[in-house]
Amino acid sequence: MCLAVPGKVISIDESNPELKMAKVNFSGVSKEVCIQWLPDVNIGDYVLVHVGFALNKIDEKDAEETLRILREMGDIEEES
Amino acid sequence: MKYLDEFRDGKAARKLSLEIKSVTSKPWQIMEICGGQTHSILKYSIEELLPEEITLIHGPGCPVCVTPLELIDKAIAIAQKDDVIFASFGDMLRVPGSMHDLLSVKAKGGNVKMVYSPLDAVKLAENNPDNKVVFFGVGFETTAPANAMSVIEAKRRGLKNYSILCSHVLVPPAIDALLSFRNNNIQGFLAAGHVCTVMGYEEYFPIAEKYKVPIVVTGFEPIDILQGVLLTVKQLEEGKSEVQNQYSRVVTEEGNTAAQKLLEEVFERRDRKWRGIGSIPLSGFKLKNEDSDFDAEKIFKVENIETEESPLCIAGEVLQGIKKPIECPAFGKECTPEHPLGAPMVSTEGACAAYFHYGKIKKELIRN
Repeated sequence: MCLAVPGKVISIDESNPELKMAKVNFSGVSKEVCIQWLPDVNIGDYVLVHVGFALNKIDEKDAEETLRILREMGDIEEES
Repeated sequence: MKYLDEFRDGKAARKLSLEIKSVTSKPWQIMEICGGQTHSILKYSIEELLPEEITLIHGPGCPVCVTPLELIDKAIAIAQKDDVIFASFGDMLRVPGSMHDLLSVKAKGGNVKMVYSPLDAVKLAENNPDNKVVFFGVGFETTAPANAMSVIEAKRRGLKNYSILCSHVLVPPAIDALLSFRNNNIQGFLAAGHVCTVMGYEEYFPIAEKYKVPIVVTGFEPIDILQGVLLTVKQLEEGKSEVQNQYSRVVTEEGNTAAQKLLEEVFERRDRKWRGIGSIPLSGFKLKNEDSDFDAEKIFKVENIETEESPLCIAGEVLQGIKKPIECPAFGKECTPEHPLGAPMVSTEGACAAYFHYGKIKKELIRN
């Protein structure tokens, strides 16, 4: 129910200031998404989408930091 | 897809698995609160990557599963009316009420429509001025702002034929209630990442402090869940009970304040009955009195419908984490996803359905 998926913003329509919309691409499928609750969204940003609404932008630096911690945990032997 | 593939990486998962094993010295029971996480745990066989000392308890975090039976019966009563178009997310349509489900209302000619977004339901109302459109407003804090927005949009467009059957539940009061049960055996929590994307995680500090449990805000991909478990186990081993945020790429401490403002505008907190658990104080939303024109329960006068659960179903104990789905005598026999007795067998996020689907797949793989 709380499923939310990341997608890339490909265009923005702010013609209705009370219902700002964006076209968001999810691995090749595009959907209209409401971006009303996000203060600044730009084309190319990744957003987390739930039932047609963007809940937040995905913070690239934080995502990278999570992966960096993993990389620093040291290598493991590949299974044979 | 960026932000999905790298968090499903097998090598990183094995690294985390080894790290969890190396920091675990004794048995720990950790509850993942959210059904989306339960689904991932079963889908990716994450329990097999954990040492045997770690037990994951599947929590009640599936709004479809905890929606009380009488609300399903209210939805069915409304959907059967001639001038109504009843709009709902797909997973509510198969939840059994005391007699039948919404899909069977549709099969008998009822105008029941599946929608992807609450805004689609508003459009239905706009395009069908001679019908009353009712949206089944189900969900946790993740979904509540979208449903609130539908009321605001309907108002802005001057629609008099739109209403919602409001069934919103809130996560922190449920965690508090579970921890207050005397027979609970939960020592740490993975908090629901998408609920926190909206609400932030300030509400969890007093809970962690009161019950001395670590709470780690966690995402939904396998790497997120393993990392959430690792952070929780580390705290448990060190005797800590702090709130941590594993899912920082989308969750901030204060959450999405614009969405929260919308919730305050449209809803107020109320005591709510959770299917299989009972009433939890201030654990749900209802529409504010000034928006009662949009309240389907009042419009269609279904407030007094009450019903009883199937005596065979142990959903209550499953949702509280006391029993695993496979401990239910009806599991896979009288109760299957095709013929569910209780809601956790319906939703793909329900613990029983997740056990049924992925448990079965695993057994078939072993057999072949």
